[in-house]
Amino acid sequence: MIRYLLRRTAILLGSLFLAAVALFVLLRLLPGDPANALLPVGATAEQIEAARRELGTDAPLLSQFLTWLHDVATLDLGHSLISTLPVGDEIAGRLPVTVPLTLAAFVLAVLIAVPVGVLAAARADRWYGPVINAVAQLGIAVPAFWVGLLLVTVFALNLRLLPAGGFPTDGWGDPAAAVEALILPVVTIALVMSASLIRYVRAATLDVLNADFLRTARALGAGPVEAFLRHGLRNAAVPVIAVLAMELATTFLGAVVVESVFTLPGLGGMLTKGISQHDYPVIQGVMLVSTATVLVVGFLGDLAQRLVDPRLLHRAAS
Amino acid sequence: MKKAIAALALAGMLAACSSGGEATNASPEQKIIQVGSVYEPQNLDNTAGGGQGVTEALSGNVYEGLFKLTDDGKVEPLLAKDQKVSDDGLTYTFTLQPNVKFHSGKALTSADVKASVERVTAENSKSARKSNLAVIKSIATPDDTTIEFTLSSRSISFVYNLSYISVVNTAAGELTTTADGTGPYKLGEWKRGSTLALTKFDGYWGTAAKNAGVVFHYFTDATALNNALLTGAVDIVTSEQSPDALAQFDGNADFKVNDGKSTTKLLLAFNDKVAPFDNVKVRQAVSQAIDDQKLLTSVWGEYGTLIGSMVPPTDPWYEDLTAVNAYNVENAKKLLADAGFAGGFTFSLDTPSYDPHPTAATFIKTELAKVGVTVNINTITADEWYTKVYQKRDFAATLQEHVNDRDVVWYGNPDFYWGYDNKQVTDLVNKAEQAATADEQTTLLQQANKIIAEEAASDWLYLYPQIVVASSKLSGYPVNGLNAQFFAYGIVKS
Repeated sequence: MIRYLLRRTAILLGSLFLAAVALFVLLRLLPGDPANALLPVGATAEQIEAARRELGTDAPLLSQFLTWLHDVATLDLGHSLISTLPVGDEIAGRLPVTVPLTLAAFVLAVLIAVPVGVLAAARADRWYGPVINAVAQLGIAVPAFWVGLLLVTVFALNLRLLPAGGFPTDGWGDPAAAVEALILPVVTIALVMSASLIRYVRAATLDVLNADFLRTARALGAGPVEAFLRHGLRNAAVPVIAVLAMELATTFLGAVVVESVFTLPGLGGMLTKGISQHDYPVIQGVMLVSTATVLVVGFLGDLAQRLVDPRLLHRAAS
Repeated sequence: MKKAIAALALAGMLAACSSGGEATNASPEQKIIQVGSVYEPQNLDNTAGGGQGVTEALSGNVYEGLFKLTDDGKVEPLLAKDQKVSDDGLTYTFTLQPNVKFHSGKALTSADVKASVERVTAENSKSARKSNLAVIKSIATPDDTTIEFTLSSRSISFVYNLSYISVVNTAAGELTTTADGTGPYKLGEWKRGSTLALTKFDGYWGTAAKNAGVVFHYFTDATALNNALLTGAVDIVTSEQSPDALAQFDGNADFKVNDGKSTTKLLLAFNDKVAPFDNVKVRQAVSQAIDDQKLLTSVWGEYGTLIGSMVPPTDPWYEDLTAVNAYNVENAKKLLADAGFAGGFTFSLDTPSYDPHPTAATFIKTELAKVGVTVNINTITADEWYTKVYQKRDFAATLQEHVNDRDVVWYGNPDFYWGYDNKQVTDLVNKAEQAATADEQTTLLQQANKIIAEEAASDWLYLYPQIVVASSKLSGYPVNGLNAQFFAYGIVKS
């Protein structure tokens, strides 16, 4: 286990470094200039040159990269070129929106997908098995922003039950209002995400239900439910956990779109604005934090798989 | 089905803990006005690239200038109590209003005004007004309440240009994140990506604001903005960006749709220096081949107006020139033949990727195909536009919105991106700037304007509407939004 942990940590750090290099290079390949976002029509050529010098975007790329790497290593994400605020502070200010949004959507999606998926597999012979399957298929095809707009129309504009968007000015200082503001976005992401999860859960459950060991358990006298809960669930969980880790990353991507539909001041909004303005430190900061999160989640997912199914650990070690 | 039930149950459960709205029996002076906008400032400093959002939220509200541009386009004294101009028009002496205090408590002095103007003209200034103020030779402050500007040449627009300059307390710290002005509101909390709050300043020198404060709510999505107005999350939207949304407010007694005056013009700007658009006849032909009214109707329905030149109706030198180079396909074909393009030609149209440019580009392509001209639409981002078109001038023709008032003078600058170089126009614009009276300035600019219209220096497709939609409980708000200003101090919410 320890050997596995060390090896996996090394891979984690290596991936993070490669991601940082790729991120930096790809961003610089984009045509455009952050000075453009600062200067209005009417600015003179001298003003443009002065802005570029001031932003440091005229320095050699390698020196820009090394400076950034050094700053990141000392946990300093730099300052926004446009707003001049520290990127780290701004990310920290937006996490209280994006983290609860992502986690709540994730939990809700699992709560929907696991029972529904198991049911679809266990009752594949009844009418609702195929129906669940078809609805899930449809759900995968529907874009998140559309689901969001639909929920807004029904629950905010027609029923007036929930706000159409925005986040309270004093944030979590007003917990009821903050929770209210997050309900529709959470449901939006969860619905879209559970659609694909249902299909994974269903497939994994079907595999297990047809497995020899389950037939053996039944032959030894266990009822169908008992056999599935004692022997089936754990086996079905292994592929689902791998998918869950990936899905958590997708949830974040979903949050980018959904935050815009609901005007939530989260990381997604910060990223899209940063990209439109070529605000390199902001894009790099947000992307690095999210890449690190995804990698760590993947890491934890791998660990969880090995805890659920210790056979994997021995296979990897041998 | 299960999902829907689960969603319903959750929504219902949590909606039960709904927070109460604001007290409805409060007097108007105690109420906070909730404003919806798509222009969040990039930072809070207009000399550091803060953008249109700074003007909207802070100009006239938090910051004041020596003069102000009213919602009707008039220039009126604000922090300047009176002014004296020397006979040669080169020395302007202003006396400041007495007892003016910054929000920090510091008293306003002429040194603050000097420092504020120098921030705009400074080397690293990113202000669009920098070149307008290049005419200032020196600034003197003989005493705390007197400021004296000496100009290198006459400048009839000098006072007007000063209306754009915010007087700030330069000692207040980093003005990209804080603000210290003399206006009726002081800066409250700015939650980036979300809201910016202004609260009434009790020590204000002038007439106090009629409300307790303003909160600007920023949106990136026009639908979300309109939904916020529909559900009462905001009281007013500073400028509607899409006509599609208006149907839900038109004819609804809870809302008022105001059709104000705009200064934003949609231009088909030619590169006047490069063939084929260096040829006047080609430009005239293209202008006459496009049915502007049809385009305007398809984009804005019954809103918006046609213009025959760069000058919007709120500029003092406006004249109706819509008859010049008006829609006439047969004549367009004739002009093309005269110019040697009887068989047509092909050009690339650099089109910013955001509305309404792609729609306009497609329309122009269809219209010009009827006279044998082929348009290749090249979609670019705002950022690419700035580099490719504005800086490098690497374009044949482009679409762009020009938002400012009084910006016909750009046609007198041969170095501007469209490269219109007509010595007569340059002379008229320069002479107008050095005119002794406003009437003389108006006459000269009218002449310049007529020439550019006749020569089709650009094709001015239409003037945007300026639509403010507000809850019918609101009154006293600005409806014209000239120069993107939004004075909030007069707003009353009943």
